[in-house]
Amino acid sequence: MEAFLLQLAAGIATGGIYASVALAIVMIYQATHHVNFAQGEMATLSTFIALTMIQAGLPYWVAFAGTLVVSFVMGALVERLIMRPVQHAPILTHVGVYIGMLLIIGNMTGWVFGYTIQMFPSPFEGGKPMLGGLISSHQLGSVVVTLAVLILVYLFFTKTSLGLAMRAAAYNPRSARLVGIRVDVMLALGWGLAAAIGSVAGMMVAPIVFLDPNMMLGILLYAFAGALLGGIDNPPGAVMGGFLVGVLENLAGAYIVGTDLKLTVALVIIIGVLVLKPSGLFGRVVFTRV
Amino acid sequence: MNASPARFLLVVAGLAAALAPLWVLESFHLFQLTMAVIMSLAVLGLNIVTGYNGQISLGHGAFFAIGAYVTSILMAQADWSFYATLPFAAAICGMVGYAVGLPALRLGGLYLALVTFSLAVAVPQLLKHKALEAWTGGVQGLFLMKPDPPRWLTSVLPLNADQYMYLNVLIVSGICFLLAWNLIRGRIGRALMATRDHPTAAEAMGMDIAALKTGAFAVSAMITGVAGALSAVAVEFVAPDSFTFLLSITFFVGMVVGGVASILGSIFGGLFVLFVPNIAESISRAAPGVIYGMILIIFLFLLPEGFAGLVRRLLAKLSSPGNPQPK
Amino acid sequence: MTISRRLLLAGSAGALAAPNIAAAQEAPGVTATEIHIGSTNALSGPVSSYSVISRCLEAMFKRLNDAGGVGGRRVKFTVYDDAYQPPRTLEQTRRLVERDRVAFLFNQLGTPTNSAVHRYVNQRSVPHLFLATGADKWANPREFPWTMGWQPSYRVEAQIYTKYVLEQRPNAKIALLYQNDDFGRDYLHGVQDVLKDRFRSMVVTATNEATDPTIDSQIVQLQATGADVLICGVVPRFAAQAIRRVHDIGWRPMMFMTNVSVSVGVVMQPAGVEKGVGLITSDYRKDQSDPAWAQDAGMNEWRDFMRRYVPDGDLGDNNYTYGYGAGTTMIQVLRQCGNDFSRENVMNQARNIKPMEVATLLPGIKVQTQPDNYNVIRQMQLQRWNGQSWERFGNVIEGAG
Repeated sequence: MEAFLLQLAAGIATGGIYASVALAIVMIYQATHHVNFAQGEMATLSTFIALTMIQAGLPYWVAFAGTLVVSFVMGALVERLIMRPVQHAPILTHVGVYIGMLLIIGNMTGWVFGYTIQMFPSPFEGGKPMLGGLISSHQLGSVVVTLAVLILVYLFFTKTSLGLAMRAAAYNPRSARLVGIRVDVMLALGWGLAAAIGSVAGMMVAPIVFLDPNMMLGILLYAFAGALLGGIDNPPGAVMGGFLVGVLENLAGAYIVGTDLKLTVALVIIIGVLVLKPSGLFGRVVFTRV
Repeated sequence: MNASPARFLLVVAGLAAALAPLWVLESFHLFQLTMAVIMSLAVLGLNIVTGYNGQISLGHGAFFAIGAYVTSILMAQADWSFYATLPFAAAICGMVGYAVGLPALRLGGLYLALVTFSLAVAVPQLLKHKALEAWTGGVQGLFLMKPDPPRWLTSVLPLNADQYMYLNVLIVSGICFLLAWNLIRGRIGRALMATRDHPTAAEAMGMDIAALKTGAFAVSAMITGVAGALSAVAVEFVAPDSFTFLLSITFFVGMVVGGVASILGSIFGGLFVLFVPNIAESISRAAPGVIYGMILIIFLFLLPEGFAGLVRRLLAKLSSPGNPQPK
Repeated sequence: MTISRRLLLAGSAGALAAPNIAAAQEAPGVTATEIHIGSTNALSGPVSSYSVISRCLEAMFKRLNDAGGVGGRRVKFTVYDDAYQPPRTLEQTRRLVERDRVAFLFNQLGTPTNSAVHRYVNQRSVPHLFLATGADKWANPREFPWTMGWQPSYRVEAQIYTKYVLEQRPNAKIALLYQNDDFGRDYLHGVQDVLKDRFRSMVVTATNEATDPTIDSQIVQLQATGADVLICGVVPRFAAQAIRRVHDIGWRPMMFMTNVSVSVGVVMQPAGVEKGVGLITSDYRKDQSDPAWAQDAGMNEWRDFMRRYVPDGDLGDNNYTYGYGAGTTMIQVLRQCGNDFSRENVMNQARNIKPMEVATLLPGIKVQTQPDNYNVIRQMQLQRWNGQSWERFGNVIEGAG
């Protein structure tokens, strides 16, 4: 029984990682109705920038805030310079651009910062490990941070007019323009916010898995699964989905299929959700009328 | 059509260009060209389902791997001849493609890309699984031997194993390209494109969208699978590490740069994915991936129709300068 | 059609003969002034942290050339990128052998990558020397006489750990965590080699993928089995995670870590130096952050080399001490060749290296080969982490011959 609880705890701990990245994915989806394959690489790059700031002597939270700003600007620039020229292009072009960005950003990060793993400090270190040593104070802290970001995002989208405008611009750009919403500004804003959230995820994840340019690749897959499972248009759902995926993956790996097939579990979740319940467990079902 | 003699000359020139390397290139470059032709075939497969039929697949490396492993297992474990394995590999890949095509029916563009991307990431792990290890050789992989040219051929034309392999690859690819060209030119090709461009109208006109889409996946998987089978024998080695998600991305890049929905584009694409990494390496030894990604994005911005589109436009300008161009 | 066919046949006879007309060379890749050596490495892509090995070797050959070269010739060292993909390794190796016509191949990286060219180089009789991989299969002089590894194999390492466990805790229950690829599998085989039939009753295993974010789940799973020994065959990122996690969940097994993942800067510090106390590993190299080697002549030689030839290299990265060792061995072989750098002689010298000390190897551990024994380094010493550095204990142990 104890082993099961420990696995459960381990699953929740890993799930926290997936949940924070899933939130970034959902953010981008809310703002643009697209899923950015390069999200993980952008988050990793942001985390390296944060590390550079910290190593230059800046205190943690100053570097944290600085990274948020830099990432926001990066995201907005990506939207302006790279996504804008192809915004009316068919979806194939969009996918191509995401892949291109994945290649460029991923390789550039490796080239500039090297591939050796690095330590990334956590602001929550020093506490005693809990739950049999599985949940460190950092992991608890990062879950709190994720939830805080989640609440901010939720409030932003549902309670502020800017958030509403952003959602409108994503759902129906034409009608949004007619109502006076600056759709292009909304898109840039959306990308910037998503990049910022991604950087938070990166900074929370790095102390646990150690920072290197390939940090996000495995995580991204599980985060996608989590976002889809919870509902890609539903921030709280996606966070729940992230936790669920962490638990499912750990339990399945420990008790059902063995650790050799954990990636397959993620794949099965993704396919299963998309085929059986595409809107996810908590998402809203959208009907398209012809 | 009054273009007939021109067409015929073009075909002959094409054949000569394809066969010339046998005598002009030495082993290493011939090997590279063999790999380029194989890549072209793989990109052709991707083009059928993504280019012509609009279903975005970022996981075609999986079909490539299946084709490679079917051939390798049959040759290494069951001692089949290379030629016997090819239709088998094609059939199995076709079936898997169909199986993938079924749930794909329910998925739209981006989601399908996501699912196939996940498939590409999961494939190496699946290949290494203990349950399959006895057949696949697990992480150590399997070794193969290229077929030696048969006596009746070498008595007429002295060929070494590399040249014979190139000839084989050329013939098999040629057949596949011909079949694909025939398919695309005809009713089915038009139906595929209609499904891509105007799905609702197509359905309203009575086309069986489901059959078309799953069929497209099956044929696409078959062709890429055959490419995989050829590559296994050309390299004489398969291992799970040869089939990471980067392979799927490579095919995708080849398709986009070569020219989406274009047979000629597939050929360009194959040449591109084989030779550009070397060029990128000479530009920047540390980050060829960055150059690669930049080229992809530049093409998407400036040349969305790829090399093939560029060629088409040039030919159009040359053939009737000054005349209004019909669409 | 007949005419063109005759033309083609005539052309073919001429063209097929062409590649054999080589430039005036004494042996492939060797001229009166130059020896051309080829290699491949993962210069880009996920495992490119090993590319620094190639940088180290390039620097060593530059140092050699600055000092006058060897046999009156300069060494030209060409490294091509294979991004750790076997088909590309084959392509680049064929380029080196058939287009660049290198004399021989040196220190190519990776197990699946070298597997792809293993048969090719042996068919062509090209020396395939001092591979950068610890897989077991390279020491096979009977079937693959042209291929030779360098570092002690992972399998031998696992055998050594298992033997030690049996000495100390004959009734131990052993947990084995290994990466699901040929690197990790070699550990599995090593443990199996020693335990044989007792394997099933004594050992529980768990695997991980290189793409897993964490291995917490595997650690928990293994602890739950009640094992009191843990052997890990995982890469540095997971090693750091494992050490930390095992400590935090209160598990105190006798723990062994692969010597690939014991660098102080890259593994022990991120894990938390107090958390790894008691961790056992083996090594054949001196750890540059160990205070015992602060004044050591050999390590000073290495530090001096790094300062002058790789000034921006990370001194804490033990890929540099690795590269220095492999490079020293290669240069020794070149010196032994005298004036004859033909492939046959290079191979002959490579399989006849008298036991030789190397600056970055532990005292007592020597590089050596015999025609029937291609295990270039076959000794290791166990060492234990004491919170600050690795403390060697026991004697230098020789693995399988």
